[in-house]
Amino acid sequence: MKSIRVGSGAGTANDCIEPALVLLEHGNLDYLFFECLAERTLALANLRKKHDPQKGYDQQLQNRMGKVLDVYKRVKPNTKIISNMGAANPLEAARIIDAMCRERGLNLKVAAVIGDDVLGKIDKYYGLEVMETNRPLDKYRDILVNANAYTGCAGIVKALEMGSDIVITGRCADPSLTVGPCVHEFGWEMDDWKHLGCATIAGHLLECGAQVCGGYFADLDRKIVPDLWNVGFPIGTIYEDGTIEISKVEGTGGRIDEMTVKEQALYEIQDPANYMTPDVIADFTNLEIKEIEKNKVRVTGGCGKQKSGKLKVNCGYLDCYIGEGEMSYGGYGCVDRAKLAGECVVKRLERNGTKYTEIRVDIIGYDSLYTNCVEAQMRSEDPAECRLRVAARCADKENAEKVAYEVEALYCTGPAGGGGARRSVREIVSVASVLIDEKDVILEVVYPGGEKA
Amino acid sequence: MKLRDIAHSRTGDKGDYSVISVIAYDLKDYPKLVREVTPEAVKKKFGTIVKGEIVRYEIPKLGGLIFNMEHALGGGVTRSLALDAHGKTLCYVMLDMDLTEN
Repeated sequence: MKSIRVGSGAGTANDCIEPALVLLEHGNLDYLFFECLAERTLALANLRKKHDPQKGYDQQLQNRMGKVLDVYKRVKPNTKIISNMGAANPLEAARIIDAMCRERGLNLKVAAVIGDDVLGKIDKYYGLEVMETNRPLDKYRDILVNANAYTGCAGIVKALEMGSDIVITGRCADPSLTVGPCVHEFGWEMDDWKHLGCATIAGHLLECGAQVCGGYFADLDRKIVPDLWNVGFPIGTIYEDGTIEISKVEGTGGRIDEMTVKEQALYEIQDPANYMTPDVIADFTNLEIKEIEKNKVRVTGGCGKQKSGKLKVNCGYLDCYIGEGEMSYGGYGCVDRAKLAGECVVKRLERNGTKYTEIRVDIIGYDSLYTNCVEAQMRSEDPAECRLRVAARCADKENAEKVAYEVEALYCTGPAGGGGARRSVREIVSVASVLIDEKDVILEVVYPGGEKA
Repeated sequence: MKLRDIAHSRTGDKGDYSVISVIAYDLKDYPKLVREVTPEAVKKKFGTIVKGEIVRYEIPKLGGLIFNMEHALGGGVTRSLALDAHGKTLCYVMLDMDLTEN
């Protein structure tokens, strides 16, 4: 039966690069994809493009692709690359990669998939309700940064059909990076829901990189992971009938067994019977996950249903600033001194009239993760050190700075023995999502010279 | 007995939802998970962390449960004031739940 080998080279924008190079060199891959986008990453990429129209692609593009193309030059793998590293500017990303190929004397055909950016027709959508807040999108009109639709595999399929070796997308849905090559290779119809469901499940298992191979898994006792430092990235062998096998390159660290695959299968899916993507609604509830040899797991029983016909659009907007400061306390009574320091900061912010809409006083090492009501049940004794953290949401940068400085001022004015102050002020771009008709989005394949397929 | 004695867990996030899986190490313990790790018990354990509703999905074939916890991430990853804005560490609250001994 026909099958393809798909490798996952990144599960997040700043993921390790070396395991992907090992995969490319030793994985005998047909395809290698890099999943590098998140809601906020894309909004920030759009901000960079606003400042400079030739920016807006993934910030690690040159670094990552440079290393990948060096491997190409050295071992000439018969592997095609797919990535959403185009972020807000897939065409510019494709141009950069094209130039990098030429520099290395590599004759690789690079293509960009565009069309996910719907900001140009946003007027049409102002009446839609934002999923996060139930307010009309119109309320965000003046502060919108970007609007990008989660798109499916169609653009990738088209680019592969045109013979592209490297396909760069913008806001392509994560699993679609895997569904694309499957549809292209197996000739599945775009309403073959069962198979699209299986490929989506394969994509879901692979899209977080090492997370299916023992990454983000290690713990005491029953969750020991060999050589975690050298954890391998996964290979999905996907068969024409929808069967998936997950493996990794021999000699890499990590582990692949029923536990690691189950943990990734159920990761972040809100409703396991209805996992909605632009391609299909995948059903995970009848999956069978079986270890067939050491570090090799077979997954069968995937299913799919007709897609909704709607696409989720992420609209980034300029929201607020967060001013933040930290200070450490150690030894006897450190938690009490950190609490006293926090009280001082809050009162002083009131004294100098700092305006904020929300404030949080945490003691890192004591109650910053779960709030005290939960941590009190989990705590055995007070720590040897802890760290005060004050963070406040402000409408402008000036007020956010006041919050951050007020923590640093604890050096001379706070309780005894505070040290290691850090402060930061961040501009926050938040995301509002709406659902639009999929017919509104037309994906196109564009080559570095600007010509369209 | 703690939940961590019979199950493992991983946290994900979607907007202001924390999505936490609980998976039995041994399939024979799955019915106990269904019986005792109820949305009500989870809500009680998480206290003020989860401000909205908790919906549970069951995946018996994999011995797993998925909890969708609404308004658990301080307004969502992109704007939360929390140190761990994604709430990635929340699965260890889940694993700290007390279960009956049998």
